[in-house]
Amino acid sequence: MDWVSDTVKSIQLRQTLTQFVTLGMVLSSALIMWKGLMCVTGSESPVVVVISGSMEPGFRRGDILFLHMSKDPIRAGEIVVFNIDVHERHDIEETYILTKGDNNDVDDRVMYNRGQRWLQQHHIMGRAVGILPYVGWATIIMTEKPIVKYIVIGALGLLVLTIKE
Amino acid sequence: MHSYGYRANAVLTFSLTLLAVMCAMASLSDNRNSPSPSAHVQLRSLILNVTSFHRLSLYVVSMAMNISADLQSLFTWNTKQVFVFLAAEYRTPKHSLNQISLWDGIIPSKEHAKFWIHTSNKYRFIDQGSNLRGKEFNLTMHWHVMPKTGKMFADKIVMPGYRLPEEYR
Repeated sequence: MDWVSDTVKSIQLRQTLTQFVTLGMVLSSALIMWKGLMCVTGSESPVVVVISGSMEPGFRRGDILFLHMSKDPIRAGEIVVFNIDVHERHDIEETYILTKGDNNDVDDRVMYNRGQRWLQQHHIMGRAVGILPYVGWATIIMTEKPIVKYIVIGALGLLVLTIKE
Repeated sequence: MHSYGYRANAVLTFSLTLLAVMCAMASLSDNRNSPSPSAHVQLRSLILNVTSFHRLSLYVVSMAMNISADLQSLFTWNTKQVFVFLAAEYRTPKHSLNQISLWDGIIPSKEHAKFWIHTSNKYRFIDQGSNLRGKEFNLTMHWHVMPKTGKMFADKIVMPGYRLPEEYR
């Protein structure tokens, strides 16, 4: 009756392998969607979560912002997300940008690098074009209380390994 | 097919999908709105000062103005607020477009969208160093319609024909 136990073992092995492959497919398609979104919007981070209250009451903590970036120069009034650690690149025409949060009393110069008085086009990650309220709280909780992140990942891992289908 | 897990999963997926569709539809309904806003700015006083900072001359403009606008037609049921600001725009030899925000405000509801205010410039009107004497500039009223959910709209009204004084005080 050895062939029975061999067949059963090979079926179990195939099931486990299938589960891992399925998991890999899910992760890859998520990655493909994210990279595709980066291409379509032209921004390195096409979806961001609002973490500070500097744009209240327009954008609250926990809102999700959709960003879009194009080669058009930044104009006054555009709501932008910037990153001051981006290195120098040569632009065709230099743009000097000063930003200020709606809810702040002063402009953002205190946040720029030492001695930096203006932002340039290459510091801008994208313009905010759309908003989805409240959905970003999951990310904020997982960032500020990492224990929640570990619990969620652990539970997901357990689910993947134990569910048989 | 009848465990709590499956049912919870189905309910959650369906409700999230439905929420996403509702948000998208709310945002699309904003396209049906065709707004007709109006704005007017009257300058009460315009003074050009010169100060020096580390041997650089800084031209600082102080202004007092009446700003009146009717932005009620911008509001839809999906509008959370309208952010409005007034910018001075002018051209210098070094930069083809300079925009300086002089005043901004948040309009939280339709009732507040028709207003008349008398104010001085909220933010400093300073140029990086070029000569502002006699400079012609436009005053442009920009607004951003910030929705409760979905796509943001922005537009502006350009009011040309302002001029800075020839002499500084």
